[in-house]
Amino acid sequence: MTNSNPKTKSARSGRKFAQTLLLCAAVFALVGAGDPATRFNEIGHQMMCICGCNQILLECNHVGCPSSDGMRNELLASVTRGDSDSLVEQGFVQKYGPTVLAAPTTKGFDRAAYVVPFAALFFGFGLVVLIARGWRNGPPRGPAGGGTPGRTAELEQFRDQARKETDL
Amino acid sequence: MAELGSFALLLALALSVYTFLAGIIALAFQNQASPPAGLVPVRAGVAASEGNSFAALLRQGSERLGETARRAGVATFGAVFLASVVLVICAFSNDFSVAYIFHHSNVDLPGPYKFAVLWSGQEGSLLFWSLLLAAYGFVLRVRYKTDPRLFAYASVVLAGVQIFFLMLLNFAANPFGILEGPLRPDGSGLNPLLQYPEMVIHPPMLYLGYVGFTVPFAFALGALIMKYPGEKWIHITRRWTMVTWAFLTCGVFLGAHWAYSVLGWGGYWGWDPVENASLMPWLTGTAFLHSVMMQEKRGMLKMWNMWLVFATFWLAILGTFLTRSGIISSVHAFAQSSIGDWFAWFLAITFAVFFFFFFKNKSHLRSEHKLESLVSRESSFLFNNLLFVLLCFTVLWGTWFPKISELVQGNKVTVGAPFYNRVAIPVALLLLILTAVGPLLAWRKTSLESLKRNFLWPTIGAIAIAVFLMITPQRWGSPFGLKPWQDISYFYSLMAIALAVLVILTVASEFYRGGRVISKHTGQGIFASMVQLTHRNTRRYGGYIVHFGVVVVIIGFAGAAFNVDKEQEMANGDKMTLGPYTLICRSYTDDDAPNYASEWAILDVYKGGKQIDTMTPVRRFYKASQQTSTMPDIRSTLNEDLYLVFEGLNQDNGHPIIKAHLNALVMWIWMGVWIMLIGTVLALVPNAPAPVRVPAPARLEQAQAAPAVTGD
Repeated sequence: MTNSNPKTKSARSGRKFAQTLLLCAAVFALVGAGDPATRFNEIGHQMMCICGCNQILLECNHVGCPSSDGMRNELLASVTRGDSDSLVEQGFVQKYGPTVLAAPTTKGFDRAAYVVPFAALFFGFGLVVLIARGWRNGPPRGPAGGGTPGRTAELEQFRDQARKETDL
Repeated sequence: MAELGSFALLLALALSVYTFLAGIIALAFQNQASPPAGLVPVRAGVAASEGNSFAALLRQGSERLGETARRAGVATFGAVFLASVVLVICAFSNDFSVAYIFHHSNVDLPGPYKFAVLWSGQEGSLLFWSLLLAAYGFVLRVRYKTDPRLFAYASVVLAGVQIFFLMLLNFAANPFGILEGPLRPDGSGLNPLLQYPEMVIHPPMLYLGYVGFTVPFAFALGALIMKYPGEKWIHITRRWTMVTWAFLTCGVFLGAHWAYSVLGWGGYWGWDPVENASLMPWLTGTAFLHSVMMQEKRGMLKMWNMWLVFATFWLAILGTFLTRSGIISSVHAFAQSSIGDWFAWFLAITFAVFFFFFFKNKSHLRSEHKLESLVSRESSFLFNNLLFVLLCFTVLWGTWFPKISELVQGNKVTVGAPFYNRVAIPVALLLLILTAVGPLLAWRKTSLESLKRNFLWPTIGAIAIAVFLMITPQRWGSPFGLKPWQDISYFYSLMAIALAVLVILTVASEFYRGGRVISKHTGQGIFASMVQLTHRNTRRYGGYIVHFGVVVVIIGFAGAAFNVDKEQEMANGDKMTLGPYTLICRSYTDDDAPNYASEWAILDVYKGGKQIDTMTPVRRFYKASQQTSTMPDIRSTLNEDLYLVFEGLNQDNGHPIIKAHLNALVMWIWMGVWIMLIGTVLALVPNAPAPVRVPAPARLEQAQAAPAVTGD
C-alpha cells in the first residue's frame, strides 16, 4: 500500500534532502584528507614557529632559525607515522606549550573564541530586526526638538525631504 | 638644538592648555550671555535694559576670550612644528647626543630615512602624531567662520586631545632626551625593516588617518554638548571624514604592501595586533561613512552615529595603547614601553566624558523618521553597519583573546590567521552580499518586483562566472579550474569571486540605467551620459567606484587560496620549477655599500621554454644595527606574482637558499586600492549643477515616463 499523504511525502523528501546535504558535507570535508603531503601542509599551517617571529610554522623564513627546521621535521615524522591530527597537535602542545597552535582549539574555554563572534552576529541580527520592527510599528516621529511646525515650515521640510530623496 | 625642541614642546603644551581652558570659559560665558530662546525671563523697564547691557558686555568679553583661545590653538601648530623641525635637523646633523637620534639613526643612513626618523621610534612618532593633530587643528581654527560656535566647541575638544599628547611628550616620552657621557661617533641605526621607500610614506598616511578621525569626533562631541540643531555638523565633517578615511585606507594598504615587499614571508597581512589596530578604526569609520547618510537623508540613526564616530576615534587610541603598552605581544617595534598607563587613563577619561554628555543630551538625538519597510535602503544600512561593527568586534576579540585566556585559564593562546579565516571570512562574505544588494534598494521602500527585476541579470552573471571558473581547466592558471569541494579555502574563494562579480554587475547596471535616462533626455552617447551622471551626483557614483575598488581588492584576497611555495638550495646552473615558471641560478654574488653589505642571487626566469626575466633577490646586512633584512624580488602579473626571497647561504657549501612563492591575484589588491582612492577623490568633487530646462509640451510625456533615480 502506498502512502499518498502529502505531509508524509514532504517530510520524507525533506529527510532525503537533509541526508543528501549531510552526505555532501561529509564528502566535502573528507576529500583529500588522507594524503600525507596535504596533511603536512594543513597541520603545518595550523601551527606557529616558536622562535618569536610570530609566523606560521611553514611560513617562517629565517635561515638558521633555531626552531622551525626541527619542528617541521617532527611534524613530518608524525604525519608519516600516521598519527592523527589531534595526536600531532597534542604532542606539539605538550612540548612547546599552547601558543604553538596558530588558533584557539575548540575545547574548553578556547571554544569561546569562536562562539562569541557568531553569538554576537545572531544577537546583532535579532536586535536590528527588533529595532526595525519597533520603528515600523511605532508612532510617526516629528523632527527632533518637538513642537508643531508651522504650515510653511512643514511644507519646507517636506520639500527639503523630497529634494534629498529624489536628487539625481 | 635639543633645548630648543624641548622648549617648543613646553610652549605648545602651555598654548594647548590655554586653548582648552580659555575656550571652555568663553563658551560657558557665551551660553550665559545668550541662553537659548524661550528661557529668557520676561523683565520690566530698567532691570531688563541693565541686564541686557550686562549680557552684551559678557558676550563681548567671552567672544574676545574665545578669539584668544582660537589664536592660541593656531599658535600651537607653530610650536609643535618647530619641535618637529628641530628633531629632523638633529637627525640630519647626526646629533647623537640626543638619545632618540642615537637609537634610530646613523651617519650613513640615506637622507629620506633620516627624515623618516621623525616617526620611526616611540617618541618621534608621538611627536609626529601631535604635529598632525596640530595641523588638523590649524585648518579647523582657520576655517572657523563656517560656523564659529560649533568650531569653537570642536577646537576645545581637539585641544583636550592635544594636551594629552603634549603631556606624554613633555613628561613621559620626550624625543629630546640627552644621552649622558661622551658624544657617540655613530648611532645604532634605523631598524632595517623600516629602510624601505614605502616606510617614508606609510606611517604619515596611517597617522593622517588615525589622527584625522579626531576631527569628526571633535565636531560630534561639540554638536552633542551644544545640542546642535539639524545635521549641519554632518555636512561640515563629511569631507573631513572622507579625506581621513582615504588616508587611513592608503595607510593600511601601504602597510600591507610594505609587509609584502620587505618581510619576505610572501604574505601581506599577518593579523598582528598592530595591523589589527589599524583595521579596527577603518571598519567603524567605514560603517560611519555609510550610516551618516541615514542621518543626512532621513534624520535617523543619530545616536548610533555619535557612538560610531566616538568608537572610531577611541579605537585609534586603543590600538595605540595595545601596541605601545606591551600588554599584547606584537612583532612591531613599539611593543614594550611605559606609556601604556597614560593611554589607559586617557581612554577612560574620553569614554567617561562622551558617556556623560551622551546620556545628558541624548533626547536631542531622536530619530525624525521611522522605518517604512525592511526591504529598503535604510534597512540595508542597518545590516551593513551591524556587519562592519561585528567584523570590528571580531578583530578586537581576537586581538584581546590571548590576554583574556591568560586571565581565565592561566595560559596564553595564539590567535593567528586560521582563527580569523574561520570567523571573519563568513561575515565578510555576508557584507559583500549587502554591497551588491544595497545600491538596488530605494529609500523608504522597495517593491520585491523591482528588486527581482534589477537583481536577475547580475545574479545570472555571477552564477555563470562561478560555473565558468569551476569547469575551466586548471592549466589556465589561478583561479581557473576552481573545485570548491576540494578545500574550504577554495569554496570561500569561489564565493568571494562570484559575489565580487555580482557587486560589479550591480554597480555597472546602476551606471547604465542612470546613463540611459540622461542619454534619452539629452541625446548624448551612453558613455558621455554616464560621465555626466557621475558628475551630477559625485558622492553616489564616486561611492559606487569605491565599491568597485573594494571588490577588486576582494578578488585579490581570494587568490590567497591558490598560493604555492618552494624552498631550494641553488648552486650555479641549478633549476627550480614552480607552477609554469622554471628558475635557473645564473650566479650569486655580494656587494658592499656604506650603510649595508648585501648578498644576492641572479636567477633567470623561464616560462613555456622562453626566458622572460632575470630576477635578483637580495639579503642585506645593516652595519650600524648589525641586523639582516631580505629584499624579495617580485615579478607581478594580473594572474600571479612570482616572489623570490634570498633566505641566506648554506653554511657548509656557501650556496644560496632561495624560497620561491607563486602568489595568485595579488596585483588585484593594489589595483583595487587605487580604484578605491579614485572613487573617494571623485566623491569629494562638488556636484555639477543639474541643468534647468523647461520641457516642451511634446516631450513632457516622455519625461514623465523616465524612471526616477533616487539619491545616495
